[in-house]
Amino acid sequence: MRTLIKGARVLDPGNVDGYKSILINGQTIEAVLDPADVMPENGTDFKVIDATGLVLVPGLMDIHVHLREPGHEYKETIATGAAAAARGGFTAVCAMPNTRPVNDNSQVTAFILGKAKAAKGARVYPVGAVTKGSAGTQLSEIQDMQQAGIKAVSDDGRPVENAQIMRRALEYCRGLSIPVFVHAEDLSLVNGGAMNEGPPATFQGIPGIPNAAEAVMVARDILLSRLTGAHVHFCHISCEESIDLIRKAKHQGIRVTCETAPHYFTLTDADVKGYDACFKMNPPLRSEKDRQAVIQGLADGTIDVIASDHAPHSKEEKDLEFDRAAFGIVGLETSLPLSLKLVQNNHLTLENLILKMAKNPAKILGINNDITPGNPADLSLIDLKEKGVIDPSRFVSKSRNTPFAGMTVQGRAAATMVDGNFVFGLWA
Amino acid sequence: MRFTKKDILDIHSLDPAEITLILDTAMGMKEISQRPVKKVPTLRGKTIVLFFQEPSTRTKLSFEIAAKRLSADSVAIAKSGSSMAKGETLMDTVKNLEAMKPDVIVMRHASSGAAYLVANRVNCSVINAGDGIHAHPSQALLDMMSVREKKGCIKGLKLAMIGDIAHSRVARSDIIGFSKMGARVSVCAPQTMIPAGIEALGCTVASSMEACVADADVIMMLRIQKERMTDVLFPSEREYAGRFGLNSQRVALAHKDVTIMHPGPMNRGVEISSDVADGKYSMILDQVTNGVALRMALYYLVAGGSRHADTD
Ligand SMILES: [Zn+2]
Ligand SMILES: [Zn+2]
Repeated sequence: MRTLIKGARVLDPGNVDGYKSILINGQTIEAVLDPADVMPENGTDFKVIDATGLVLVPGLMDIHVHLREPGHEYKETIATGAAAAARGGFTAVCAMPNTRPVNDNSQVTAFILGKAKAAKGARVYPVGAVTKGSAGTQLSEIQDMQQAGIKAVSDDGRPVENAQIMRRALEYCRGLSIPVFVHAEDLSLVNGGAMNEGPPATFQGIPGIPNAAEAVMVARDILLSRLTGAHVHFCHISCEESIDLIRKAKHQGIRVTCETAPHYFTLTDADVKGYDACFKMNPPLRSEKDRQAVIQGLADGTIDVIASDHAPHSKEEKDLEFDRAAFGIVGLETSLPLSLKLVQNNHLTLENLILKMAKNPAKILGINNDITPGNPADLSLIDLKEKGVIDPSRFVSKSRNTPFAGMTVQGRAAATMVDGNFVFGLWA
Repeated sequence: MRFTKKDILDIHSLDPAEITLILDTAMGMKEISQRPVKKVPTLRGKTIVLFFQEPSTRTKLSFEIAAKRLSADSVAIAKSGSSMAKGETLMDTVKNLEAMKPDVIVMRHASSGAAYLVANRVNCSVINAGDGIHAHPSQALLDMMSVREKKGCIKGLKLAMIGDIAHSRVARSDIIGFSKMGARVSVCAPQTMIPAGIEALGCTVASSMEACVADADVIMMLRIQKERMTDVLFPSEREYAGRFGLNSQRVALAHKDVTIMHPGPMNRGVEISSDVADGKYSMILDQVTNGVALRMALYYLVAGGSRHADTD
């Protein structure tokens, strides 16, 4: 079976930019052709896809997603999460290990990969726990999980509080050439906080979380990366202080990368109103100054990746008093349209955005997703023009906890292809 | 003027005319409390639910007496008596309460915004009797009532507020209310008890206790919550009393007919010395008396006066 996708602008930063035709043979890209090139013979086993008006990019990857299975299937399953990812334009996601049981051994890893294969949505790259049960005391069998298919380790949801254990984890992971995804949070500084510390929290009487709760752990783990030479990737960076520290660390050649999430460049703590827990996430929405710093960090390359930290929760866990409600919002189906606003507002070029949503995530995971012959046909097609309103009732995710309901956006995922098969869109 | 608000959730959502109406109405209610028979039929047949999810004897009693003086039927639900202990959510509990057709729900809850969430779900009136560290509007209103009664007006006065501003819903409501009514509010506490951006509520932060009380017309002392000692907000009660305790020497720095207030309960010898608490400037017990009248006014305005809960 061969497929020819023609008419699209193909944009693979640093590799291809132009109107090309992509010839796919089975699961693999066979050729990248100029429109003028002589097309292969039309056979019975040959399909032509007209993608005129769309942008075709390397498969988008969301490297920070919570799929909730095993253990919390009422919030999301691997199947619904993989489908939501495909609908959001992602060909692959990284599944954080804070499931029940925690993905801290190869059996759980194998279970996740098995479910993901059956799901036929986006690919799922499991992230293994750094420590057993993510309890922060004993290292997990990381090599065993790596052989089973994990691409990174993290205790996300929690920090590794003990600095000595973090040091050992980094040393161990360096030997395995596997990145450590860091949830940077000093729990003693969080101290029961539920939103950003600042005037809006003071006014509403919601206990605040200072920027330093994130930044002091970023500082610690930059120093530990320097000590060990390990690759530290900081998750969901939200504030100016962290970005300044990471920028400086990168200039010093320390092996750190980082991600932010669309909510941190779209909303601020001034948007947290009416005690609506759909605005409650961790780290919290910060001040306008921080939002600007996030945009600046994206623009100057300090922030490598946009990830969603897709954190589905049931209505019951959100329809509560603000301080009692769960932290986290869904993001897979809103990430691309919200990120495209950065391009529309001239903060990023489209090329730069594709770096942050496709190429850099792949590089961090050690995957080559160039649009080039021989690579798996994992491709995302984007419609830059279509305008719409974010409507949670149309999400294919099991959960609806988003602060973006009703927001007007322009641009969306038009189709998603994994291994040569459309998993979302017109031709799926 | 008619009072048109369904709920009393915080001071922020009341405008100065509404606050004045509430204080005027409360003065009328105070007269009822001075009669030999302290009861009028105004709210006969109305049901008031006292839904207290956090322990409070004084505020609950004040709301309860206020209801009885207006002949309303009041029912109290304490935390242990509610289904919340059985895992029911706040929204479920309140929907159940509403199904029993009360006219007013008075709510005390440990979470900021709880009364706000409830008011959005129910058709009856909700009076916030304290939510987390957010608001305590009836306390702020009775404080304003007491000051206005003593000084004639609020506009132009200097109010000094000392104590745990960060964790006090009274402080937030008082700062917003007094500054809205034209007073200058100055606050003082160890830096650990001054929350980020408090100035945005309408106050200044004083550099010292002395600077804060200098020429003050009203000094409002806040309670030090001893349980907060675990959160290292100050090293010891001894040191706190030395830096931020109100004693007669500090009172002497204030305006010569200063009024001293405290929402209670007091830690004598910590934030306030006994001679000051019981001294001639103290208005602490008048606050309690006015509290009943003020709460009668709130009931009357939301459930009986210019608005009928049963048509809503
Ligand atoms: Zn995290
Ligand atoms: Zn996460």
